[in-house]
Amino acid sequence: MGFSDFFKKKTSSNVAKDRLKLVLVSDRANCSPEIMEQMKNDIINVISKYVEIDTDGLDIKITQTESEGNNGTVPALFANIPIKDLKAHK
Amino acid sequence: MGEVIVITSGKGGVGKTTTTANVGTGLAKLDKKVVLIDTDIGLRNLDVVMGLENRIVYNLVDVIEGNCRIKQALIKDKRYPNLYLLPSAQTRDKTAVTPEQMKKLADELRGEFDYILMDCPAGIEQGFKNAIAGADRALVVTTPEVSAVRDADRIIGLLEANEIKQTYLIVNRLRNDMVKRGDMMSSDDVVEILAVDLIGVVPDDENIVISTNQGEPLVGNESLAGQAYMNICRRILGEEVPFLDLNGKAGLFARLSSLFKK
Repeated sequence: MGFSDFFKKKTSSNVAKDRLKLVLVSDRANCSPEIMEQMKNDIINVISKYVEIDTDGLDIKITQTESEGNNGTVPALFANIPIKDLKAHK
Repeated sequence: MGEVIVITSGKGGVGKTTTTANVGTGLAKLDKKVVLIDTDIGLRNLDVVMGLENRIVYNLVDVIEGNCRIKQALIKDKRYPNLYLLPSAQTRDKTAVTPEQMKKLADELRGEFDYILMDCPAGIEQGFKNAIAGADRALVVTTPEVSAVRDADRIIGLLEANEIKQTYLIVNRLRNDMVKRGDMMSSDDVVEILAVDLIGVVPDDENIVISTNQGEPLVGNESLAGQAYMNICRRILGEEVPFLDLNGKAGLFARLSSLFKK
């Protein structure tokens, strides 16, 4: 959140916009929040085998991204996974 | 060859039928030959909005089932001789017609008309599939509310899946005073969320209720909604038309300054 946002009152139209953006991400991905949570846990489990990750800073979501062809946007899995320790577990 | 345009929304009550009536009448005013098809079988409405409910003899299902010729079922508009309505059946249901039959009907009308407008029922079931079957272009109507925008997003996805490449958005019933207070999403907000091209913004206007009461579309008159609908028609014809300034009250200064410009 930026400094100016701190003083700006959140209007009901902004609330509507934010709620819509969230709900449309799961609508478009045809993927419920529960499935997202399961997928997130599975990804954590797999990656934790190799490196130590910061599970609190983890961010996984489905977004829209420009496709390589010119047929508009396609859904994409976006994962931001902060690594705490790169040393491989032996 | 005529163009088939479907007017759809997903959610009910956002103004599909009003939009069909006004866009159709507007295109006829601009000297195009237009036929409006009410595809909402069982819930016939476009006839009353057009003020043609007393002239119905045959309907869409009669044409599809071969009980009459297309020409016999077409009702000529009261005001515009190049505007026709093909009414829906009131006593049947959506299963009376298939998407293939609708596509064939639309293709037959292409030779005769410049524009064939399909008024789509609410929902995403058979009635929707029938209405979009032969369409070249889709106008998706929404209001700036979360429920309507969510349904519009679903519809846009389904239109893409059915390979309707030209999809345009109409934001209906916008209240500029509420947008200014931050209590209603603006047309820009809706466009940002849905990521489709905007073809019109229609303000919430009580003249719409009055014109529907009378069965006379208001497109082209001096009301804000009338101007907004006429602008949509001109954009359909490919003209570049700037979007209306919806500041009804602040318009005084704009009107004065435009007077001086003349």
